[in-house]
Amino acid sequence: MTARIALKSDVLIVGAGIAGCATALQLARRGKLVTLIERDQAGIRASGVNFGGVRQNGRDLRELPIAMRARAMWDELPGLIGFDGEFRATGNLRLASDEERVAQLDRFFTAATEQGLGLVRLDRAELKARYPWLSDRPIRGVLCPSDGHANPRLVGPAFAFAAQEAGATLIEHTEILEGWYANGAFHLRAADNRTFAAPMLVNCAGAWAGKIAGWFDEPVTLAPEIPQVQVTEPLPYRIEPVLGVMGGDFYLRQTFRGNILFGSGQGRATPDALRSRPLPETMRRGAEIAIAFIPHLAHVPIIRAWTGVDGDTSDGVCVLGPSETHPGLFHAFGFNGHGFLLGPAVGAVIAELILGGKTSTDIAGLGIGRFRPARKASAAPARGQHPDEERDASPEQNGAQNADRGSIGMERNEQAAGAHQRAEHGQDR
Amino acid sequence: MSGPRLQRVADQDRRLIEITVDGWAMSAMEGDTLLVAILAQRSYLREASGEPQGEMPAAGFCLMGACQDCWVWHEDGRRVRACTTYAEPGMRIRTTWPDHLLAS
Amino acid sequence: MAGSPARILIIGAGPAGLRAAEMLAEAGCSPILIDEAPRVGGQIYRQPPRVPGFTRTASELYGAAADRARDLFVTFDRIRQRIDYRPSSLVYDLIDNRAIVASEGKSEEIAFDAMILATGAMDRIIPAPGWTLPGVYTLGAAQIALKHQGCAIGKRIAFVGGGPLLLLAAHQYAKAGAVPAAIVLPSRFESLAAAGLRLLPMPRELSSGLLWLLDLKRRGVPVLFGHRLVKVKGAESVTGIIAERAGRQRVIACDAVALGYGLRSETQLADLAGIRFVFDAERRQWLPETDPLGRAAGRKDIYLAGDGAGILGADAAEARGRLAAHALMTDLGIAHERYRPKPDKTAVACAERLQAAMRAAFDPPADLVTAIPDETILCRCERILAGELRALAGLLGAREVNRAKSFSRIGMGRCQGRLCGHAAAEILAGKLGISLDSVGRLRGQPPIKPVIVSTVAERKA
Ligand SMILES: Cc1cc2nc3c(=O)[nH]c(=O)nc-3n(C[C@H](O)[C@H](O)[C@H](O)COP(=O)(O)OP(=O)(O)OC[C@H]3O[C@@H](n4cnc5c(N)ncnc54)[C@H](O)[C@@H]3O)c2cc1C
Ligand SMILES: Cc1cc2nc3c(=O)[nH]c(=O)nc-3n(C[C@H](O)[C@H](O)[C@H](O)COP(=O)(O)OP(=O)(O)OC[C@H]3O[C@@H](n4cnc5c(N)ncnc54)[C@H](O)[C@@H]3O)c2cc1C
Ligand code: FES
Repeated sequence: MTARIALKSDVLIVGAGIAGCATALQLARRGKLVTLIERDQAGIRASGVNFGGVRQNGRDLRELPIAMRARAMWDELPGLIGFDGEFRATGNLRLASDEERVAQLDRFFTAATEQGLGLVRLDRAELKARYPWLSDRPIRGVLCPSDGHANPRLVGPAFAFAAQEAGATLIEHTEILEGWYANGAFHLRAADNRTFAAPMLVNCAGAWAGKIAGWFDEPVTLAPEIPQVQVTEPLPYRIEPVLGVMGGDFYLRQTFRGNILFGSGQGRATPDALRSRPLPETMRRGAEIAIAFIPHLAHVPIIRAWTGVDGDTSDGVCVLGPSETHPGLFHAFGFNGHGFLLGPAVGAVIAELILGGKTSTDIAGLGIGRFRPARKASAAPARGQHPDEERDASPEQNGAQNADRGSIGMERNEQAAGAHQRAEHGQDR
Repeated sequence: MSGPRLQRVADQDRRLIEITVDGWAMSAMEGDTLLVAILAQRSYLREASGEPQGEMPAAGFCLMGACQDCWVWHEDGRRVRACTTYAEPGMRIRTTWPDHLLAS
Repeated sequence: MAGSPARILIIGAGPAGLRAAEMLAEAGCSPILIDEAPRVGGQIYRQPPRVPGFTRTASELYGAAADRARDLFVTFDRIRQRIDYRPSSLVYDLIDNRAIVASEGKSEEIAFDAMILATGAMDRIIPAPGWTLPGVYTLGAAQIALKHQGCAIGKRIAFVGGGPLLLLAAHQYAKAGAVPAAIVLPSRFESLAAAGLRLLPMPRELSSGLLWLLDLKRRGVPVLFGHRLVKVKGAESVTGIIAERAGRQRVIACDAVALGYGLRSETQLADLAGIRFVFDAERRQWLPETDPLGRAAGRKDIYLAGDGAGILGADAAEARGRLAAHALMTDLGIAHERYRPKPDKTAVACAERLQAAMRAAFDPPADLVTAIPDETILCRCERILAGELRALAGLLGAREVNRAKSFSRIGMGRCQGRLCGHAAAEILAGKLGISLDSVGRLRGQPPIKPVIVSTVAERKA
């Protein structure tokens, strides 16, 4: 057993997804010696395979402040990573097709508008007039014109590239198996027995981060979030906004090349969440909803489907901020299938916390403390401020599937709790 | 080249059927795939076109449903693979994107 | 397995799948036989549509292989009522013990206890400048046009590439009255002759190959050994090709090109089924791993047969179909005492030798792929140039094809890399100076061929 300290650094980051890479970039730019350790390749996991939605619309209000900060940063990508990530603000349109969902959407509209998010409310006639390809199904829409989409295949790796340019050290194909705190430093041991140490540690391990938090006495149960996306052949560019259907767990966008991407429901992953694949029943349901909302899509060939794995917390929002057990440790994970938008701001916030001990962004609702075991008995974390309770509680859609999915990297007894808590919420891109 | 691309060399004693391609009446032989029906009359399946992505001219490639180079449309918008779909009397085919799709 | 009979699925009704179906039917099982094509026969014995006016006989269609073809069709007619045959049905996904099948605009899920994958092969393509012009077809396409539709792909056709099928197809075309403009083979005459010597113990194969060559020569068709395809000429359509040998170029006027450098296995379903793949250094392809009888590595209930498990040709496909059925029935305890595997094993071993000789004769030099000019379209679906792939080779860890795909879109189009995947891997490996196996292979993704949204949505009752 060797214990060689491979590199000297101020900050270790586990996980080179968009969260880890953006954090590395910000810190490196401010002169920190950063070592970014990645099990596979940078940006190859959730960050590289997601649907590409850059969306504030319909966000849980606890995430809205960081979402709005993140959104502003997407305009600055050329300065940050040297290219625009193919981001375009084409708008995000959330649709509701029954009174209950309309009420939810309206509540979100009111609350988010109060927080300064620019939104446009559209009734059925306005929807039809603006978007002739829509069916009569939706009766209300809320458009967030500043939202849009980008190319995930390139953005994640571009952040990694920029972080390296700024001086961060990226170590790929290195899985961290163990971590501990001793003698004023965080220590990590990799699968090849190399060890790393630094006074600060950032946990950006995506779907696998709950276990890492556990090494430092604050475990978080993450259920695998396995969105499944289908893509059609290219069509003439007609569908500008990214669509999201309230409660239906359906989302759709058209790339500028013309391909239509749509997703709904979950694929399947191995228990270690390292491999995942699409499910035919999920594809079928997605196809059904696609036709219900855009009838002309009935004719279009699907050419491919894929999945990836993110981590779901039990209350639907991410874990972001300092550790409650170990000063110098920070967490940024559990993005519930919508952390792509947040990525750039996650880096900025964590960097502020590390460099100055505080952040200008309101992350009050996102602390890891909400998962402290002591509180678990009393109640699941407060859900009071969930205006976009747009999850379908029907067991076949979420509950049952989620219970099946268990949790990532946890022992069995922890898993049961996770599966149970999760049963209530679904996802949204 | 503007004449027929494919040359019939055998089994030509078949019933003729009429189909419509891009608005033009075409006669085909019973048992022709759409690809053959069209390319026995003209040199391309699709002309170069602007949409959706600056299409190159195409005339199919593998004829076995593998390359996916030969998809065309029914006039009503349904998509068909020309090399694996037989021409049927009265079929109305177009080889460019049906503009009404996603437009109304 | 007592109680309800095992549900056995065969995918592919070519020689391999048909022989497997025959064995199973004779043993009293009634397998489900699925094929995307409207009639049985697979690629080699592809039949014309069942329509009046297609009058060519088996001999006219299949030449020397006519007896085999007839026997296969007779066999099929004999077992037809004892099997569940599903023509015009595409298996587009395979997961656990379920095949997802599209037919008549609807999807159906078929569960199985055991499955034989006999999905066959398609042409191996090496892109060259101009290969996307209308008028360039695969060699397989040239054959299909002729067999299935009674058409030639053009008036003056250049046959470019390698493999015995190239000579066979050119010969078939000549016989049909479409005399080839030229045969262009990158392999040298000497390697062909050397391979011929290895075939001395197999006089039938040797003599038919020779016969085709002589016939072409006799008809005055230029056969250009050791020539590479430099480019296909034409603006909107093929007008000719340029071939080159040792720096000397030759222009051949033609209005069509039949292009193919041998075959490669169709392995997408095997991939989705989770079968383990191994790199076959000889064939330079990743292939599903099997035991000698076709039992798939990593899946106890799946068996592979025919060219889908590595190219061995049509006769071996029949043998492999029977061997796979034999293994399946042995494993499930289904009695089939009358079958003796020995002759089929011998046939497969013989085909291995034949194929090795064919590869020696026809395999294009490695740099034929790696030297494709930068401005050549590599991925025809997404129109990605060879140079674009080279430019990002190695960038940010793009030393692996799926990473390169993610950056470049190569293989992300409608054909899922069927046509370009092989060349892309070679180019990536060549550019990085690493071995072909170390760049990995493009992963299969459902649906393995495009399926219309409404077909996915609608369930067959
Ligand atoms: C199919 C899909 C669609 C999505 N669509 C959207 C969308 O439209 N909009 C949106 O905003 N979000 C979307 N998301 C969510 C978004 O992709 C994620 O929230 C975001 O990418 C998370 O970034 P990350 O860096 O936390 O995770 P990841 O990109 O998963 O990165 C975590 C990294 O940590 C590494 N790692 C883990 N454990 C270890 C260890 N022990 N040692 C070393 N390395 C380790 C992993 O290998 C991984 O690379 C989607 C997700 C998926 C899967
Ligand atoms: C176009 C072409 C022409 C050929 N011509 C000759 C020739 O003339 N002489 C010769 O010796 N060799 C020829 N070959 C080589 C030939 O492929 C084989 O030697 C022989 O056909 C192999 O038999 P098989 O049963 O393994 O596969 P195949 O005959 O290829 O049969 C496979 C069958 O599986 C079906 N299939 C595949 N995937 C699916 C799916 N997902 N869902 C449903 N069905 C599926 C296909 O439709 C096909 O009918 C040709 C090959 C090709 C590609
Ligand atoms: S020509 Fe290749 S799929 Fe039709």
